Amino acid sequence: MTLAQIRDLRVGATTDSGRKVQIIRGVSLDIAPGEIVALIGESGSGKTTIALSLMGHCRPGCHIASGSVMVDGVDMATAPERQRAALRGTTVAYVPQSAAAAFNPATRLIDQVIEVARIHDLMPMDQARAKAVEVFRALALPDPETIGDRYPHQVSGGQLQRLAAAMALIGDPKLVIFDEPTTALDVTTQIEVLRAFKSVMKAGGMAGVYVSHDLAVVAQIADRIVVLKGGEVQEEGTADQILHRATHPYTKSLLAAFHPAPRATAVAPSKTVAALEVQNVTAGYGMGRDGQPRKIALENVSCRLDKGRNLGVIGESGSGKSTLARAIAGLLPPVKGRIMLDGHLMEPSSRARSKEDLRRLQIVFQLADTALNPAQSVGDIIGRPLTFYHGTKGAARQARVAQLLDMVRLPQAMRHRLPGELSGGQKQRVNLARALAADPEVILCDEITSALDTVVAASVIELLKDLQRDLNLSYVFISHDLSTVEAICDEVMVMHHGRVVETLPADRLTQARDPYSKLLFSSVPQLDTGWLDRMPLRAAI
Amino acid sequence: MNPQVLTLILGRIGVAVVTLLIVSLIVFAATEMLPGDVVQILLGQAATPEAVAGLRQAMNLDQPAIMRFAGWLGGLAQGDLGHSYANRMAVAELIGGRLANTLKLAALTAGFSVPIALMLGITTAIWRGSLFDRAVSSIVVAVISVPEFLVATLAVLVFAVWLGWLPALSFGGDTSDIWAVLRAYAMPVITLSFVVSAQMIRMTRAAVIETLKAPYVEMAFLKGASRSRMVLRHALPNAIGPIVNAMALSLSYLLGGVIIVETIFNYPGIAKLMVDAVSTRDLPLIQGCAMIFCLGYLTLITIADVVAILANPRLRH
Repeated sequence: MTLAQIRDLRVGATTDSGRKVQIIRGVSLDIAPGEIVALIGESGSGKTTIALSLMGHCRPGCHIASGSVMVDGVDMATAPERQRAALRGTTVAYVPQSAAAAFNPATRLIDQVIEVARIHDLMPMDQARAKAVEVFRALALPDPETIGDRYPHQVSGGQLQRLAAAMALIGDPKLVIFDEPTTALDVTTQIEVLRAFKSVMKAGGMAGVYVSHDLAVVAQIADRIVVLKGGEVQEEGTADQILHRATHPYTKSLLAAFHPAPRATAVAPSKTVAALEVQNVTAGYGMGRDGQPRKIALENVSCRLDKGRNLGVIGESGSGKSTLARAIAGLLPPVKGRIMLDGHLMEPSSRARSKEDLRRLQIVFQLADTALNPAQSVGDIIGRPLTFYHGTKGAARQARVAQLLDMVRLPQAMRHRLPGELSGGQKQRVNLARALAADPEVILCDEITSALDTVVAASVIELLKDLQRDLNLSYVFISHDLSTVEAICDEVMVMHHGRVVETLPADRLTQARDPYSKLLFSSVPQLDTGWLDRMPLRAAI
Repeated sequence: MNPQVLTLILGRIGVAVVTLLIVSLIVFAATEMLPGDVVQILLGQAATPEAVAGLRQAMNLDQPAIMRFAGWLGGLAQGDLGHSYANRMAVAELIGGRLANTLKLAALTAGFSVPIALMLGITTAIWRGSLFDRAVSSIVVAVISVPEFLVATLAVLVFAVWLGWLPALSFGGDTSDIWAVLRAYAMPVITLSFVVSAQMIRMTRAAVIETLKAPYVEMAFLKGASRSRMVLRHALPNAIGPIVNAMALSLSYLLGGVIIVETIFNYPGIAKLMVDAVSTRDLPLIQGCAMIFCLGYLTLITIADVVAILANPRLRH
């Protein structure tokens, strides 16, 4: 007996240029009552499209071309709109990726949570409110009686994500679709949210579809895992089978990307001059009357990066790690403290720094999409710093651009393309090549792999390692993802609330002494189905 | 209400006052640059140089411009708009009656066009892409493209000349009963509504459609909400800011831009007064009219800004 049954589903899409493509190519899938099935794959694998088809919904530009999507006896692909709308929220419910965007900012939370009951006339409003409070309690939300009276901007991200789950559960659905519900959360928050989801789903005996790109997260909650790529099923099996006895090469590459090869040849720390030294830096936003920033984002931060070595900076959102990069680069001049490059004191503001200082210290930003000028060709983007720093022009510039493209493993022909025509990984490589064009000694990498799929991110990390070997670079590698930091760094600095918590050698993270770094390291999901259940309970955030 | 909102609103009003000051300076400077000499025009060709100089002195025109500006601004602050050069009447008195007429016309047009524009804007957004939407959108584009004097002239031609249903002139007719008043106002109001509501419909539709793309609207859809619930409950409350701004911009046109309509229908409004003032070089009257237009415009825009601030739940709570 199955609750939902997808048979040979094909979804077509029309691209911006008017080309017709098939994004789901004959997918079949069964979901039993009470079973949680994970759809895993990288961006563009079609996992969200398949999940949304269970609600009879296609995003604008897409349409179900053929196949059937039976949910509780109704074919969501062909049923009339009225019938499908009646099932949404009552039989199949949806928990969105970004709860922050999925809540209407102008309406109170409780009214949005019980809206399903109102739309489908399931129960009197008083009863719906009482039920919502019950669900809030089950999801371990603080102040379950009154939290609903707030507006979306008045609660935290982790709370919003649980409220979104409450919104899905209010109609007692038989099937709940979780669309990357913890991707936007910090690891320490993610663990609480995952736990709340798991206990509520188990208690209600509901079936679920869990869409994610993160195998470790999925391992904690799913009974069965379906691996997708390019709109096709690659491999399907129980969570244990996929994690430990994967047969398909693509699944294996996903698993391999989870454990990047550790850094092999580290240069011993030198007693001589550091490549970059930050001493007691304080910086913040908004200028108050007394010359002090109104909002301190960095307080008394010191760190040291030796030549040929890499410093990892790890922390959750709001920990000040990106602010540190901006302060070092002089984009946000520190109000106190000193920044030394190769033993030589630099001006706090990038505007006051010499061209030579600017050249030696480069920064690569997280979002290549916004960091690259969409109107300039790749060759131009890489060529401009060549002219600016080295005065290279004409044929020499052309030749150097070719070399740089080669260094970041991009084909020569790409120089004529615009950033919009490249994939995410390719754009990040161009972003890196632009920094390399200056011939820097230190590169600040600010979350440069965060927006990339795991396999692509792993290849960018490999590239960074190779470049370091060839060009004698030093990286400050900022990330919220512990495994990438471990893969490339010699030392890891943990930040929290704008302060340095602890600095540890990358191979001895287990010896962390500070309670916060311990919590942070232990919150990273492991590729192990029992990990979440073994984690000790902690007060809800 | 939290203090942040109060600060924001007071800030908006402060900006409006400063803008008004700057505009007063520009208006004064612009009227100074108008060609022609009011004394020459008043006294005619045969005036002796002594008479011209005497009158100039009597009208304070021999003082430097900056002094006259200061004097005018001082008067303005006390509500004194000065006296007309042409007929020595107080400008406030001249404008008063006309302004009431213009406001009457503007209020009628707003009362008629705002509900219609809102309704059409929202319904076209709900049934986007339908036959209804396409028909309304095409008509709106057509109306925007046709200049108002053409609409006005055609209206006179059809309703007054051919059909004879409505009076061609709005003023000086019979005002004994409500029916006659309605008939008198019908054509100017319809003509003006055509012009202002076209813009409002387009902006409302665009603002609602833009918010319909928001993830929370898709979320509402996935909760089983109907199209109208998605628009009315989820999109509209978040589109109030841009809609009110579009309304304010369109309606501000009613205060200053109605000159053509007032002229064609011979309506004694303030715009017509200003044009007459230009032809007689009646500087105080021109300045007074310009300041009124500016004040009306700023009032509407400031109201729109304040509404947009109050409509933002992040600021309200």
